[in-house]
Amino acid sequence: MSEPAISIRNLSKCYRLGTIGRHTLVDEAQYWWHKIRGKDPREHFAKVGHGATDRRRVEAEKEGNPEFWALKDVSFDVQPGEVIGIIGRNGAGKSTLLKILTRITEPTSGEAVIDGRVASLLEVGTGFHPELTGRENVFMNGTILGMKSREIAAKFDEVVAFSEMEKFIDTPVKRYSSGMYVRLAFAVAAHLDPEILLIDEVLAVGDASFQKKCIGKMGDVAKGGRTILFVSHNMAAVENLCSRAVWLENGGIRMIGDSAPVVDQYLGVLQGAGKTVALQDRADRQGSGRARILDFYITDMEGRRKAVLSPGKKYCFHLICRIMTADRQLSNVSAAIALHDHKNDMIWLVNSNFTNENQTLAEGNNDIVCHIVDFNVAEGIYSASVSIGQGSIEALDSIYNAAEVDVQGGDYFGTGAKGTPAACKILTRAHWELSR
Amino acid sequence: MRTVIRANQKWYFINWREIAEYRDLLILLVKRDLTAIYKQTVLGPLWFVIQPLLTTIVFTVIFGNVARIPTDGVPHFIFYMSGTIFWTYFQGVLNHSAASLVGNTNVLSKVYFPRLIIPLSGIFINLAHLALNFTLFLAFFFWFLFAGSSMDPNAWLFLLPVLILQCGLMGLGFGLWVSALTIKYRDLRFALPFIIQLWMYFTPIVYPASIVSRPALKFLLWLNPMTAVVEFSRHAFTGQGSPILAGWGLSWAMTLLVLVSGLFLFNKVQRTFVDTI
Repeated sequence: MSEPAISIRNLSKCYRLGTIGRHTLVDEAQYWWHKIRGKDPREHFAKVGHGATDRRRVEAEKEGNPEFWALKDVSFDVQPGEVIGIIGRNGAGKSTLLKILTRITEPTSGEAVIDGRVASLLEVGTGFHPELTGRENVFMNGTILGMKSREIAAKFDEVVAFSEMEKFIDTPVKRYSSGMYVRLAFAVAAHLDPEILLIDEVLAVGDASFQKKCIGKMGDVAKGGRTILFVSHNMAAVENLCSRAVWLENGGIRMIGDSAPVVDQYLGVLQGAGKTVALQDRADRQGSGRARILDFYITDMEGRRKAVLSPGKKYCFHLICRIMTADRQLSNVSAAIALHDHKNDMIWLVNSNFTNENQTLAEGNNDIVCHIVDFNVAEGIYSASVSIGQGSIEALDSIYNAAEVDVQGGDYFGTGAKGTPAACKILTRAHWELSR
Repeated sequence: MRTVIRANQKWYFINWREIAEYRDLLILLVKRDLTAIYKQTVLGPLWFVIQPLLTTIVFTVIFGNVARIPTDGVPHFIFYMSGTIFWTYFQGVLNHSAASLVGNTNVLSKVYFPRLIIPLSGIFINLAHLALNFTLFLAFFFWFLFAGSSMDPNAWLFLLPVLILQCGLMGLGFGLWVSALTIKYRDLRFALPFIIQLWMYFTPIVYPASIVSRPALKFLLWLNPMTAVVEFSRHAFTGQGSPILAGWGLSWAMTLLVLVSGLFLFNKVQRTFVDTI
């Protein structure tokens, strides 16, 4: 067997929590002041965003750990020509792994040896300058990604043809639409010709036909004997493109092997997430109990159950309820579903009272369905709380943290932008213009 | 090509070979900055001439004509302009490298390239601006010379490239320090313009070094590495002033000390700075 293209040995990355958020001398002084007075200074400092790792980070902090291991003792090899997928939930360590392999940051311990020329694609269009033309930016972007000027010149026509941007190549990119921008950027990256390509979720960009083209191009690259390490939430793409997959969980490897069984197992666990105690057996409920919530789940418009939601899609939130008294019906029953983020702040709430759509429950199981036309919550893991009441007066039943809702990927804005989930959980489409 | 990613690389290890590999990026960064700055401006590169020119005029009026600070017998305009163009270069390089990490976080947290490329590019970008200013300065210089001003250009002019190099390395060295410290203390970003301004008055730009006579003060003045650059360059063109060779030696020692320590500090900080930004 030949030398592995990527060899990862006991790779670990630790973030020190105490130091987060001290960015000015005043902060520093405050930090020490809190320490001197014997208070926990960490409470005083808002955590700055570090992407999806926030949730585990905060948990670690709550438990009083001064350290947080985003990646712990990860070891695996990737053979030359292999296409390997990295999967896992938000905050499992995927991005950290990629950041270390692309040398954006250093590991805390362990090592990785990469044999061959590496190009990484963590975000398309890195280094694009709005004032420069498409042509100038292709060169700029290419050199940032590690190519030589003459290599880019040799491939220039091919890149432009792939992007279908011949007409606009001498226009400053600030006049491009976001779609055009992404096309050009992906074209540069796809034609880099590296021996090893590290990719993070770039396939979520552009329109469907361009996405198809991108996947096709990746397949070509893979067939050309290149090694690809591909981080994605798109399980179909992982199964199709990758021969092997690594499933990361809480900073470690949960499973590694042929992509199909790993993806299957992963999806299975996702479906079952948070289902340790069936909702109807939960005792931690509040309310009069005249009616009860027996189950809560989410489906798409075709009625398929969903464990992972995407922003911008349509969903049906189902509350299965039952009258617990001898009454034959219960009128004016309101239903509410709330999502809480990792800090336990309620960030999203739907309530049938708001739109005067309270229902009358009948005997047997009632399925109260809430249609979400445009799910506008950003990537992250949330906890859903559900409650029913009579009108706005009597609380019938409410269950806090009834289910975990995992929101991943998606393309809410149609541009591939994800918003800034670390800072704001709500997505809103807006239109911008200059008022004259 | 083999890349080894390992924790805790030696602090003194700077991969110069890799930086050389990325020279095309350096060239493009310089080109990008030079072209992008002027796009959609009416006067374009003239802006980089107007700033030092106006400064010189203001200095000439205020310090020369109103405050009547002596200029060692050199025409006021030439005296102030010679100091100003070197100071502008130093300040340009310093600002550019000071902002190299914090100002490029969005790129640096998405893609890897040797981060030293960014501060290094500042030397060349500002060199282009210096060339413009220098041409203008030469025009004024010859105009005053042929108009019969008592100036005595001499052999020190051959050392001008060395002075410019020193000026750039100094700006780079201090800039590297600032950029590394800004990662931890954002205050520096606000303090920097103020510090630079104070520093300028601590450098013989609006006054000649010769008016400082107390030995202690004189030592302090020459401890400022920019003093030698300004005094020697001015002396080269006019034959006036009080260049002290030992002072230049001290200046080089300071420059190299700041530059080398700055390189190591920057190198250490850049490896994990995206974690704390």
